[in-house]
Amino acid sequence: MDKNIITNPILKNNPVTVLVLGICSALAVTVKLEPACVMAISVTAVTGFSSLIASLLRNTIPNRIRIIVQLIIVSLLVILVDQILKAYAYDVSKQLSVYVGLIITNCIIMGRIEAFALGNKPIPSFIDGIANGAGYGLILIAIAFIRELIGSGCLFGVQIIPESWYMANGGWYLNNGLFIMPPMALIIVGCFIWLQRSLQKEDSKK
Amino acid sequence: MDTNKNSYTIIYSIVMVVVVAAVLAFVSLSLKDKQNENISNEKKQYLLASVGLGADADFAQVIKEAIVVDGNGKIVDTATSDIANSEAFNISTSEQTALIKEGAPKEELRLPVFIADLPDGSQAYIFSAYGAGLWGPIWGWVSLKTDFNTVAGVKFDHQGETPGLGAEIATPIFADQFIGKEIFVDGEFTGIAIVKGGAKEGSTNEVDAISGGTITSKALDASIRMWMEAYLPYIKSLQALAATPMPIEGEVVETQENVETK
Repeated sequence: MDKNIITNPILKNNPVTVLVLGICSALAVTVKLEPACVMAISVTAVTGFSSLIASLLRNTIPNRIRIIVQLIIVSLLVILVDQILKAYAYDVSKQLSVYVGLIITNCIIMGRIEAFALGNKPIPSFIDGIANGAGYGLILIAIAFIRELIGSGCLFGVQIIPESWYMANGGWYLNNGLFIMPPMALIIVGCFIWLQRSLQKEDSKK
Repeated sequence: MDTNKNSYTIIYSIVMVVVVAAVLAFVSLSLKDKQNENISNEKKQYLLASVGLGADADFAQVIKEAIVVDGNGKIVDTATSDIANSEAFNISTSEQTALIKEGAPKEELRLPVFIADLPDGSQAYIFSAYGAGLWGPIWGWVSLKTDFNTVAGVKFDHQGETPGLGAEIATPIFADQFIGKEIFVDGEFTGIAIVKGGAKEGSTNEVDAISGGTITSKALDASIRMWMEAYLPYIKSLQALAATPMPIEGEVVETQENVETK
């Protein structure tokens, strides 16, 4: 099988940095690593399985209600994810609040069904969905890593920056509150895009 | 088969909706118990937090009594065991808030009160509060010491207030300000005012609002006030009761000391 199905969405055609899709949730859930990881896994699961289901049904779907059928598949999976999180990861589901439900509106999912799953066999579609979800999740986790470390001095809620450095304890350090606010996520996404574009330009010159 | 025929499209969509609905109904039913357990556990933790105890405290050991009072201060229901299944624990505060706002007859209100036995031997009465924040509901618990005037602790939560601004009401930094405040001034009910621009120095019933979270602060202020007013007949009857027997003198002195040390 073509390994580009896996590597393309993660690197060269990353849905966030190259296609600039799914930015809304990338800003909202990346204040801390834990919700970002759960969000990444949720989106990956939803893109993977919705592509799989859409691909299995691709020859039966009436063309005129194609988009509606896709929407039903995606929302079914999103509600399942939401219910499961509420039952087994209640704290995280509270932090993610509405953003789990808003996975439905993530353009990556519908985009991949429309562009790939409807024209390809189930297994490649599933892998394509997973890879796109992973590409999105990777960026999400990277942003959350930077934001939580600089904004709150923690990773996964564990204090990383020594307590004695803080001004409150007589040190010199203060958490950068700007990193907790949404604009900073946008700026970090911008930096990632910049980084990736300049690296890829070098690649293409060779 | 022609997948573009009208009849095919209609049958396809009907079958799809039925299948999806069946799957969702099944999942919802099978996860319901687990979800409710999570919600009830969270509520227990918040009740404990409102009297200053962490999640490690044993709910059954601390919350010994759950009562339901109506708007006239009359006790409607009392539960002393299995609090999590008691009427008081399962009252929908959002429905009661709607009733209070509508101006429903006082005897129709059902207000939950929890009595906590604290590790230091004292007691605290936990009262509820609920209201509309900026983006969604906000709610919480306010506990009073047995002089029924001094706040022993509070715990607030919200559905979707702005992180870093309105959402700060859920943090201990905000909640700790309430400890030791008094809801009566010279015997007159005043409630606790959440003051923008900072509480006056030495004030017994003001706390600082959250800068940048003005609407949430105001909403919280209004919610607490509305619920405290609904509880007022009950609180007053407790005060009257507390004023008569002997041991209360010791209690009052003790609480004043607590306030001073803080």
